[in-house]
Amino acid sequence: MAAPMERVIKQQTERSTFKTTSFQKKTRSKLLSIPGTRPSVQNGQLLVSSGVTSLDFLLGGGLAVGTVLLIEEDRYDSYSRVILKYFLAEGVVCRHRLFVAAAQENPDDILQELPAPILDDVAIPKPVEQPRLPCESQESLDSMKIAWRYQNLPKVQTALVSSSRFGHYYDVSKTMEPEIRQAAKSHCFYLPDHPQKTSNTHSQFLGPYSALLKSLQEVIRQEGFEVAASMSNSQNPNVLRIGLHSLGSALWGDDLCCSDSPEHRHSLVTFLYGLRALLRSSLAVAVITLPSHLIQDRALMGNITRLSDYSIALESFKGSERETNPLYRDYHGLLHVRQVPHLNCLASQLPDHKDLAFKLKRKQFSIEFHPVKSHVESTG
Amino acid sequence: MYTELNSILNTSPESFTKGDFILLSDKQSDASFLIHHFLSFYLRAKCKVCFLAMVQSFSHYSTVSQRLGVSLAQAKEKGQLVFLEGLQESLSILIPQDEHTGSQAMNFLRDPKLGLQDLYEFVSSKVKRSCGGEAESEEWGPPVLLVDDLSVLLTLGVTVGAVLDFSHYCQATICSKLQGNMVMLVRCDQEEDEGDNESPACLLKGLTHQSSLTLDVQGLPTGYCRDIHGQVEVCWQRRQGDGQNTQNKLFQYKVHDKGASFFARGTSSAVL
Repeated sequence: MAAPMERVIKQQTERSTFKTTSFQKKTRSKLLSIPGTRPSVQNGQLLVSSGVTSLDFLLGGGLAVGTVLLIEEDRYDSYSRVILKYFLAEGVVCRHRLFVAAAQENPDDILQELPAPILDDVAIPKPVEQPRLPCESQESLDSMKIAWRYQNLPKVQTALVSSSRFGHYYDVSKTMEPEIRQAAKSHCFYLPDHPQKTSNTHSQFLGPYSALLKSLQEVIRQEGFEVAASMSNSQNPNVLRIGLHSLGSALWGDDLCCSDSPEHRHSLVTFLYGLRALLRSSLAVAVITLPSHLIQDRALMGNITRLSDYSIALESFKGSERETNPLYRDYHGLLHVRQVPHLNCLASQLPDHKDLAFKLKRKQFSIEFHPVKSHVESTG
Repeated sequence: MYTELNSILNTSPESFTKGDFILLSDKQSDASFLIHHFLSFYLRAKCKVCFLAMVQSFSHYSTVSQRLGVSLAQAKEKGQLVFLEGLQESLSILIPQDEHTGSQAMNFLRDPKLGLQDLYEFVSSKVKRSCGGEAESEEWGPPVLLVDDLSVLLTLGVTVGAVLDFSHYCQATICSKLQGNMVMLVRCDQEEDEGDNESPACLLKGLTHQSSLTLDVQGLPTGYCRDIHGQVEVCWQRRQGDGQNTQNKLFQYKVHDKGASFFARGTSSAVL
């Protein structure tokens, strides 16, 4: 009887010299842990926050890495621009990389206007703190007398380098401080800087978007955002956030919004196809804003929606008669969720409520269910 | 593979009609769950499957098929599945590289006026039995071509005529000559112009004429419902061998995590 007990005790003591606890969480090797991301509850996909927490909830927890969110702009491009800035600001706070492309204005100007985060635990990295750590660790080695079990664990940094929360809140009335913004590396693509090469016959079909697609591929390859490269990379993997402002507008050299039967009918959809191909094999998320109210062809809009993954449309009340309508008093506009993808699973989770209205408050972009009773409007 | 759908169509992996052209279509809803059904169905039936996946990556189909009980990676290794990942192949054409890698199948992206001839050459080369390898081609059943989906070819600039030619050539090779099956998906929008010759609706009409079985997926006419995702109309275009089952059937369906359930109208478990 004694012999088996001895063996058990011996095994236990042997085990305890290696680890303080025998509990080890089973992590599948393909799940990357990147700050600012979390796995989806539904299908385990890696999600990033869009910057607007209520939008994250509508889209099933966040934007899946490797997908495209298409935002159909409101008439004056005010709220769609705000959401784009939230998306980029979230990237800065989570220390993701940014890629901003615009034709109307310099992307640097968009980056100057990012809203300030409302956080207690976002630390501004101070390079002064770094050299102190090595000398500090020598003193602390002897100090563990009571909590000796924790002696072998690595020392935790008190100043968090990047925020570990998923989804943050921003104060729209203030702009982000330059120190916080410069902590995240960003790439800019300003269309006038990239004149279109007419000699390139291969990319004739992409038309005005060929330089953009090529530039995106270069950034993804060189910075190591490809999934295959990230898995084998010893460095920490990171996510690239791509913001493309007002694609399809005339400023990009595309006549989709200008005529009924455009010459470049297939350029934007071919670009979206190429973008999907790029994103599916890399750790990147793209948000595109598109002035859909200028596109007359509904079938074309349907094609564009189908080639993006998530699609929402904003309809603001500014300048319309609804602005003074007492029904819509509390809101700034309506939000329509056109499409939610079902990647790696059979069924998608569309939000239950179709009547959604949004309001931009100073510290929050809130999206709420707003039942519109049409018979009240007609009798009132 | 959804067992209820098998009983509706009167097929099973052990016995199914050969030489069929099955057309899947949808209007403002998503019929891609049917593609997953047919993919797992024909892999289980030990057919040689050629899958042209134009819109999603391999890992998407692989993950879903795993939930349905079939491993795509294994099938690919054994040579049963030939998978063309359109997204990946297209990148080398859309962004010109110095060295030309990848197959020629997506050449229609270079100039859509060329048509889908290269794509057809790719399909026929993979589907025909190789002259030297008689022994290995005996273990797999008749060839099957799955396309997901054809309407994206239209959005990328290929004409309706070229797509109809492609499907006609494929049908002649696979269904008539090799007694295999074909499954193609076409996605339409609700609003189309009547006079538009290049719309998916026009393509759908042409393909319906060529097909032997169509499954048309639509949303419910009464609007969005969480428990019933839509309705499927099953139409047999050609008379079956014994003259049975030529009636059109209408079912409602719900897609869940591991499959889809089909039921007669009004008999959803949420309603009863």
